[in-house]
Amino acid sequence: MTREALINLFLFLLLPVTAGAAWLLEEPFIITLTTKVAILALAGVGLNIALGLGGLVSLGHAAFFGIGGYAMGILAAHAQSFDPLMEVTFLIEGTKSMPVIWLVAVIAGALAALAIGALSLRTSGVYFIMITLAFGQMLYYFAISWPAYGGEDGLSIYVRNGFPGLNTLDPIQFFSLAFGVLALVLWFAGRLAAAPFGLALSAARQNAERVETVGMSPYRLRLLAFVISGAITALAGALFADLNRFVSPTMLSWQMSGEIMIFVILGGVGRLYGPVAGAALFILLEHILGGLSDFWHVYLGILLLLVVLFARGGMIGSLAGRAVAHD
Amino acid sequence: MSMLLLIEQVLNGLQFGVMLFLMAAGLTLIFGVMGLINLAHGSLYMVGAFAAAAVAGATGSFVLALIASLIAAAAAGALVELVVIRRLYDRDHLDQVLATFALILIFSEGTRWLFGSFPLFLDIPAALSGPVTLPGGIQYPAYRLLIIAVGLLIAFGLFQLIARTRIGIQIRAGESDREMIAALGVDISRLYTIVFALGAALAGLAGALVGAIQSVQVGMGEPVLILAFVVIVIGGIGSIRGALVGALLVGLTDTLGGVLLPGLFATFMEPSAATAVGSSLASMSIYILMAGVLLFRPTGLYGTT
Repeated sequence: MTREALINLFLFLLLPVTAGAAWLLEEPFIITLTTKVAILALAGVGLNIALGLGGLVSLGHAAFFGIGGYAMGILAAHAQSFDPLMEVTFLIEGTKSMPVIWLVAVIAGALAALAIGALSLRTSGVYFIMITLAFGQMLYYFAISWPAYGGEDGLSIYVRNGFPGLNTLDPIQFFSLAFGVLALVLWFAGRLAAAPFGLALSAARQNAERVETVGMSPYRLRLLAFVISGAITALAGALFADLNRFVSPTMLSWQMSGEIMIFVILGGVGRLYGPVAGAALFILLEHILGGLSDFWHVYLGILLLLVVLFARGGMIGSLAGRAVAHD
Repeated sequence: MSMLLLIEQVLNGLQFGVMLFLMAAGLTLIFGVMGLINLAHGSLYMVGAFAAAAVAGATGSFVLALIASLIAAAAAGALVELVVIRRLYDRDHLDQVLATFALILIFSEGTRWLFGSFPLFLDIPAALSGPVTLPGGIQYPAYRLLIIAVGLLIAFGLFQLIARTRIGIQIRAGESDREMIAALGVDISRLYTIVFALGAALAGLAGALVGAIQSVQVGMGEPVLILAFVVIVIGGIGSIRGALVGALLVGLTDTLGGVLLPGLFATFMEPSAATAVGSSLASMSIYILMAGVLLFRPTGLYGTT
């Protein structure tokens, strides 16, 4: 077992052990925090497929996170007001069922990523960063100015959505659900990186000309990676909105994109468990530093600066050494 | 829609555009010469506005406030360049994005710590606070006209600086081949600091000028920063001329879109729906403009690959 595999195992067990201990000690707040880590890590795993594997520096992933959140918000709001989404030709009603909401979130996230990716991937480098940022802002302002679903105030849901066989209002059960999704997606992302598609994508990141010469299209590889990445981040968004029972344009803001990116970087770019480590560290810092000072973002900024300048490869990179190619 | 209102809105769009140009010019210079993507540019805008508000509050002089904004932003820029930014030039864009994002966190919270969360107000000098009557009987605020004039003057000055002065020659040479001009004996790291401080000063001035119309508060820089990104993506990264054209396009599109689109939709929709659709589309209009430009010219209007 390599050192990185050991660290991964530790990180994988960290969340359920923390939540389990908090459950035994009857500390529901800690369980909720751990759930938040699992969900934010999920968003980071999504971004990491584009960022780490594909080398696509997207500063607009909040768009997909927010789309997932609004998929949950809109469906659940229609369900709780018994007002169908659509009556003409088809009858489409809202729903309070998580599996349906997740499906809608994933499809909506994938479609948005397809549209944004198809345009943005025509460019590269700095242009790509700025364009993904701009598309994210476009959705943000759209959400603010569109009055039907709460506009700037967002949407509140009275009762958390349901999952067959579980009581999602019980913190430990909702945590198990979120963690189950995270574990499934981590498994999927690990398989994806090792699959021919993942290898081709990594090759396109390292040397696009060579990939093109052997007959594959880097544009298509990247677009597919971007779509998968967007879909996973949207799923995380739906869960995050359900955790808070609230969705607002803040989920679409570019600070959110920055935060998701911070999870990935703090943990380690291109490392499968990087986002888990990053999200856990971020939430931990938020609560330790946030308790010490109202201005904890200063310390977060300084820490982030130090990681970028001196600890390339993030936490996992510093602990496990260079295992993945950093280019 | 009366003609007078339309002309007034065009002037508003121009005013917004020249302010965006002051931001975008620095960003595009810094990218063109150093290859650096600087998210913290909006923080320098904020630093300028806060310095101006503090000095105006202490002395009551608007001119001193503007000078303070230039000096404070240039100094903050030079300091940041010396301590952090110069370690980032040979890093990839991801590292640059993150390090400058970290700088935003430090600047924003640091300013909140120094000045508090409440917005400050910077008063327009009394001589400029009234309207002036333009030919055709249009009443327009004198201060906004001054902003347009200052912006255009700076644009002209910047073109002259780049085209005719020794430092301009070095900047252009640095854009095309930095090893070569270093080999020719130009102190490249001093040049980088100067360019960064120049860009910062322009951002700070924009912050002070706009701060007198809006309020001076933490986080004021980021929305403008993102618009400035849109501007330089449209204009072509590294091109000052592109930044000017892009800034005016974005300023006019944003202002006129907000005025004209709801009215346009009202001609064939019921009023409340027209307002909703129109204002939503208006808030997205500049991004639609950007996507449109990129479809036909992926490197922007004046960009080179």
